[in-house]
Amino acid sequence: MTSVIPAPAARLTRRGLLGGAAAASATLLAGCGDRPADTASDRPRRGGRLRAVFAGGGAQETLDPHLANLFNEASRAKAMFDKLADYGPDVSIRPRLASGWEPNADLTRWRVTLREATFHDGRPVRAADVLHSYARITDPKRAFRARASLELIDLRGSRAVDDRTVELALRRPFAEFPNVLAAFGAYVVPEGVDAFDRPVGSGPFAFGAFQPGRSLLLRRYADHWDGAPYLDELEYLVANDESARINALLGGQADYAHDVTPTTARTYAGDARVRITRMANSTMQALAMKVDRPPFDNRDLREAMFLLADRRQLVDTVLSGAGQVGNDLFGRGYQHYADGIAQRVPDLDRARFLVDRAGARGLRIPLDTAPVASGFVETASVFAEQARQVGLTVEARSGNKDTYWKDILTGGVLACYRSGAMPIETHISQRLLSTSTTNATGWRRPDFDARYARAVSSADERARRQAYGDMQRVLHAEGGFLVWGFADFLVATSPRVGGVSAAAPANTLDWARFDKVWLG
Amino acid sequence: MSLPRYAARRALVGAGQVVGVATVVFVLTEALPGDAAVVIAGDQPDPARIALLREQLDLDRPAWHRYLDWLADLAGGDLGVSLVSQRPVAGVLAAGAAPTVLLAAATLLLLVPLSVGLGTLAARREGGRLDRALSAAAVGLYAVPEFALALLLVAVFGVRLAWLPPTAVGTGGDLLSRPAVLVLPLAVLLARPFCSLSRLTRAGMVEAMRAEHVAHARRLGVPEPRLWLVHALPNALAPVAQQLARTTDWLLGGVIVVEAVFVVPGLGTALVDAVTARDVPTVQGLCVLVAVTTVTVNLAADLVAFRLAPRAGAAT
Repeated sequence: MTSVIPAPAARLTRRGLLGGAAAASATLLAGCGDRPADTASDRPRRGGRLRAVFAGGGAQETLDPHLANLFNEASRAKAMFDKLADYGPDVSIRPRLASGWEPNADLTRWRVTLREATFHDGRPVRAADVLHSYARITDPKRAFRARASLELIDLRGSRAVDDRTVELALRRPFAEFPNVLAAFGAYVVPEGVDAFDRPVGSGPFAFGAFQPGRSLLLRRYADHWDGAPYLDELEYLVANDESARINALLGGQADYAHDVTPTTARTYAGDARVRITRMANSTMQALAMKVDRPPFDNRDLREAMFLLADRRQLVDTVLSGAGQVGNDLFGRGYQHYADGIAQRVPDLDRARFLVDRAGARGLRIPLDTAPVASGFVETASVFAEQARQVGLTVEARSGNKDTYWKDILTGGVLACYRSGAMPIETHISQRLLSTSTTNATGWRRPDFDARYARAVSSADERARRQAYGDMQRVLHAEGGFLVWGFADFLVATSPRVGGVSAAAPANTLDWARFDKVWLG
Repeated sequence: MSLPRYAARRALVGAGQVVGVATVVFVLTEALPGDAAVVIAGDQPDPARIALLREQLDLDRPAWHRYLDWLADLAGGDLGVSLVSQRPVAGVLAAGAAPTVLLAAATLLLLVPLSVGLGTLAARREGGRLDRALSAAAVGLYAVPEFALALLLVAVFGVRLAWLPPTAVGTGGDLLSRPAVLVLPLAVLLARPFCSLSRLTRAGMVEAMRAEHVAHARRLGVPEPRLWLVHALPNALAPVAQQLARTTDWLLGGVIVVEAVFVVPGLGTALVDAVTARDVPTVQGLCVLVAVTTVTVNLAADLVAFRLAPRAGAAT
């Protein structure tokens, strides 16, 4: 499922674009690439500067880890800072700065023990730093992304027991509290710090130099608690255009190109200068139906939509085959995923029957899409074609890409949707409860809310797993997310780069992580 | 009217033009769907969070209010701070200007000798093989849009042959630190203006060489090279100079395309990013910079014209 595709011997005239001279030079280059000296050894090696090229945020970029939003900001924050916990390959929670945690009997107070770690200026990481960081994130006058996750913590009732122990009080019992410690953007910064021009963190790399929108140079932090990085230096470069990123890699200007398309991966599959790593189960690809308004308040029509979708065709065309089919549930391969539910397969006859029963034959349904994520526009056209076969007229409506997520949250009835990795509990609490602030399907069910509340306030892990299974069965049967696939996340590296993890969905700890990567 | 009075009057008009441009741009940016708060919220568009961001960014005040404040700050020479990064806009402009100005200046520096030289050469061999080859190449090259040419050059010389760096990634905007990264962008920027200017030079030279005064000089026994350089070329260059002025305008647009393809972090890139982020102060600052540049260049040209022909200038 997850695999690093090694570069086989270069094919000569791959695209037949150029004549003999080009082919000859390609052969020469391929020859260079095959030399063992240019290929990463299996054993990690010390030293060197890795140049990683990402899409960026332009001159507006900041290094404030609590503001991290884009992929490159998330990766930078991870290089310079630590969270108390992070997501493992199956999006279960792994301790990081915290060496462990222990709740009280009613799950309202959590005692978190910190490991022996230091900031880049040599000061130890203490309970006070954690409390400051969480206070900063949840400051009601600020709008940090992780605030929604951390709001559960009652900081007034929380305290530092000693330097390495912090006791966090919660506003209500919550069994999945470690999910909060690993929340996107919940980084620990030194006490009192509110400016990040020259950030000091406890992460594996220390700040070197920064030019917003251009480059960030980091240096190895030898005293990192998780072992010092192999690399001496790490440089983040910026190229928003995917072809520019792969070109920089091919031209030897970068060693790691983040986020390339399946088409690029296929084009350079035989090129000795490029190695593609595929991180499976990274991005949920879905259509969001609003269940609180016509026409999708009709359960039959939702089921018809589930049944008319040819998921394999969507994966093959929209994702160029780089992904797996979905089963209308978030989190394939993640902890607590209900993989016991049978995979939905197209059933056009039943879909037609349901469309008729819903009185929806010939219905025109606008589908919101925008070039906000790769494949969205293609999804709309492929799906419209599929819907036509059962008598529905799905009309793609392209919106503004910069404001897309806000526009589809409250407006429209059907929209292209995607999501990165997060625990299934987080997906439910952020998107599927009556109180969820980003409930894009309008799924509001008191009984569902109650089941969730019971589950997360119970210390009984088996009962909790059972509840997650039940909730997913309800969503599979009549929910608003038509999850048709999971896209692989693709990263291109030079063959000199070793240690890039393939078992890391985007947003998890090992994704875009450079302290375990080596050169040569 | 005296030159200083004329200059003062024109400078006042210029300032008015800059404010006019800034106003139009402000209105247009406000008319874009969404604002910086919505863009920052991204895929987590929690309405309460957006409201809070709006309050923090001062976006909850009426637009005209914000505009007047901005204008007052501008009068004091303050371009404000970026909504997104909270850094001064002036710094963003300074950082972005360096690579853009370098590309434009280097293009002009190479363009003039190259196109005048080759145009003259073609005219000397009128109808010859070189002339025909140059004409064919110039017409063909002119037909290729810059972005297509840029992608083609990158694919061939950057990626396939690996002779030149395919992008400017890693230079951090300091293009001179690795001059090789300049080659492909300059080739793209030079291509089209070179075609038009060399064709114009050639036509001008051919015509000038047939002119009466050149024929007369030849009859007087003026040596051929001197005849070309001193008697024909200056006459041929008048239309070339006009075209060059137009080329300078075109260069700004061309540079934006080139910046995007070659990942040069210049003003074009900064503008695109700022519009995407709805970072109004940065957009405004960039537009003021462009407007001031344009007005200044035109003012300088008009002053030169006024100095050379005062009556023509006074009429305006």
